[in-house]
Amino acid sequence: MKKSIGAIAAAAAIAVSLSACGGSAPASTEAKGEINYWLWDANQLPAYQKCADDFTKANPDIKVKITQRGWDDYWTTLTNGFVAGTAPDVFTDHLAKYPEFASKKQLLSLDDAVKNDKLDLDIYNKGLADLWVAEDGKRYGLPKDWDTVAMFYNKKLVKDAGYTEEQLKNLDWNPQDGGSYEKAIAHLTVDKKGKRGDEAGFDKNNVAVYGLGLEDGSAGMGQTQWSFLTATTGWTHTDKNPWGKEFNYDDPKFQETIAWWTGLVEKGYMPKLETTVGTEIQDSFGAGKAAINTSGSWMIGQYTSYKGVETGIAPTPKGPNGKRASMFNGLADSIWAGTKNPAASVKWVEYLASAECQDVVASKGVVFPAITTSSEKAAEAFKAKGTDVSAFTTHVKEGTTFMFPIADKAAKVEGIMKPAMDAVVSGKKPASSLSEANEKVNALFK
Amino acid sequence: MTTLTKQQQDPAAPVRRPKAAKPDRKSFIHRLGDLKVALFFIFPAMIGFVVFYLIPTIRGVYLSFTEYSILGEPTWIGIKNYTAMLGDELFWNAMAVTVQYVGLNIGFQTVIALGLALLMHRVAKSTFIRGALLLPFLVANVIVALLWFWMLDYQLGIVNEVISWMGLPRIAFFGSEQWAIPTIAAVNVWRHMGYTALLIFAGLQSIPNHVYEVASLDGSSPTRTFWSITMPLLRPVMVLVLVVTVIGSFQVFDTVAVTTAGGPINASRVIQMYIYQKAFGESDFGYASALSVILFVILALVAFVQMKFLKGNESDLD
Repeated sequence: MKKSIGAIAAAAAIAVSLSACGGSAPASTEAKGEINYWLWDANQLPAYQKCADDFTKANPDIKVKITQRGWDDYWTTLTNGFVAGTAPDVFTDHLAKYPEFASKKQLLSLDDAVKNDKLDLDIYNKGLADLWVAEDGKRYGLPKDWDTVAMFYNKKLVKDAGYTEEQLKNLDWNPQDGGSYEKAIAHLTVDKKGKRGDEAGFDKNNVAVYGLGLEDGSAGMGQTQWSFLTATTGWTHTDKNPWGKEFNYDDPKFQETIAWWTGLVEKGYMPKLETTVGTEIQDSFGAGKAAINTSGSWMIGQYTSYKGVETGIAPTPKGPNGKRASMFNGLADSIWAGTKNPAASVKWVEYLASAECQDVVASKGVVFPAITTSSEKAAEAFKAKGTDVSAFTTHVKEGTTFMFPIADKAAKVEGIMKPAMDAVVSGKKPASSLSEANEKVNALFK
Repeated sequence: MTTLTKQQQDPAAPVRRPKAAKPDRKSFIHRLGDLKVALFFIFPAMIGFVVFYLIPTIRGVYLSFTEYSILGEPTWIGIKNYTAMLGDELFWNAMAVTVQYVGLNIGFQTVIALGLALLMHRVAKSTFIRGALLLPFLVANVIVALLWFWMLDYQLGIVNEVISWMGLPRIAFFGSEQWAIPTIAAVNVWRHMGYTALLIFAGLQSIPNHVYEVASLDGSSPTRTFWSITMPLLRPVMVLVLVVTVIGSFQVFDTVAVTTAGGPINASRVIQMYIYQKAFGESDFGYASALSVILFVILALVAFVQMKFLKGNESDLD
């Protein structure tokens, strides 16, 4: 027996040492070989496959293998890949995630590439490139696309309510009485007997169509739920952005806005939080159960695809400062520090960030590329499909965007803010209870 | 009736264990030979045990004394994770929610399974029906959870459509704080009751028929027979079933993960969900390991108490 056990052990040892050899292969300095590239949005896969094909045509020595994984699995698989050594060479990165990756030394700095290859960072929409400079001053991504927030509305329901689309595009809001934004939401709400939300005898417990859809409790970012409102009051998520060390959820301006927003549930204009578990907000909209949904530009394709529903897009309302506002979020491509093929990876990232690839992406009309000229082409591609996306682009044109709050420990902040916001949206706790959550959040940074 | 005669011919064969084997007078050398063979057969299972259970457990205990974000090296911080747990409201909430879930899940599951087992034993002799009871268990957990998630959906689920046709208000089964845990418990009762019933059914079949015959000769009522004969003789099987299902129930995760993900607020944030959130969501593997160690200790205690006080390892038949 001993002999065979020994043999097994020997075989195992050989296998281990073989794989160890593979693991410690010296990083290639030549730009050739195969690169693994990951992204999460299936809608964008065809565009990037086209980019990869074009790239290989121009660089026959480099092959790009693209893997698409859904958002829910993407980040855990990626993190596990960092540890196991199986992470992709290049991947689509998010502002909420990259600070941690950077601080854990998992990303390759792109400063040398920018310097050596003389990349012009001014071709991108203003501010997008700087989002990817981490706290250590190094650059960890080249911009690929951006998104803003707007209102999707059901054209028929709006018309039935006697509103013109022009009116909807010129709403205003304030945290005290909600302005014409709340008036529109109230009037678009219809109960089962046909009474509108602003009419006498409206039954808020039997609503057939809600004026405004509710996605979820929104947690700490409120990107598509309330960030476009809070920003018009002068409130910011953190003391500074990027790399804030103190959150402002205890600010009365913020809590006032949240109190107004969650008050819509109490008034019967927005669905209760408990009813939103399950059916997605966009599907309720598609089923004609909500007149307006606030959402991001990455959802354009989804919202315009429902059969029997004509969808219009209006910009978010103007706030107390007399302006509109939208969070400006940008994705980028990053390189994993453990790549065995850094030279080829850099080349691929540079290609992804170039006008050649971003024009291809633009032509598909699914997302706004980061390069200014390419995003104009994307707007035209959307238009060719019959969708007017000016509600999203107006923020960029008029400079009413504010940057996605970049901070360390984003996952932990969300872990605290999600239940805290859920409690407020479900009406269990007042908006002032968010001060307590804020203390816990700020304790993370001490 | 075939089963009956078979049992009479061979009373209690599955239960009565062979009398404890007396130490053989076989030579020491011979037994050493057995040992070698035994090791040979144990070896493959042993590798699995060491690689997939022993080493991860030891490493998990070690990690519970560290701060570890999976990227980078663990830093030793002593018992800090454990002291942090004491003041962690979410940990205590998770324990309370889990206990509530286990209570509902095991309570209903055991009673229903016992009823089903009795029916299988006495009434439903058809293999088809007995097999059909097991069907839910054959469907993967996540699929069961998702099916019920859709059927019980507030806006589009068929159950709520029926409820609203009947003129009753819709129920947010997974969305409301009051309903979330009972709903998740009910879904898992539905999935597991057939399997649990099968285990109990096997126990019922091992009760020798002559005991029942004597009882009926003595004029015992069916209720009396159930409480005085069936239940006591079923005890070892029931203990086994309870130990296994309680441990499984404490580890509920998949159903929660694919439906409520711990919400609304913290209403269904069971301990495994919280561990997952801390480890894979917030990259706090040290703290998550400490939580896992505590869960391990609790489960070991629960199993020990059950075995000890319900005397699961001895049968009244002996």
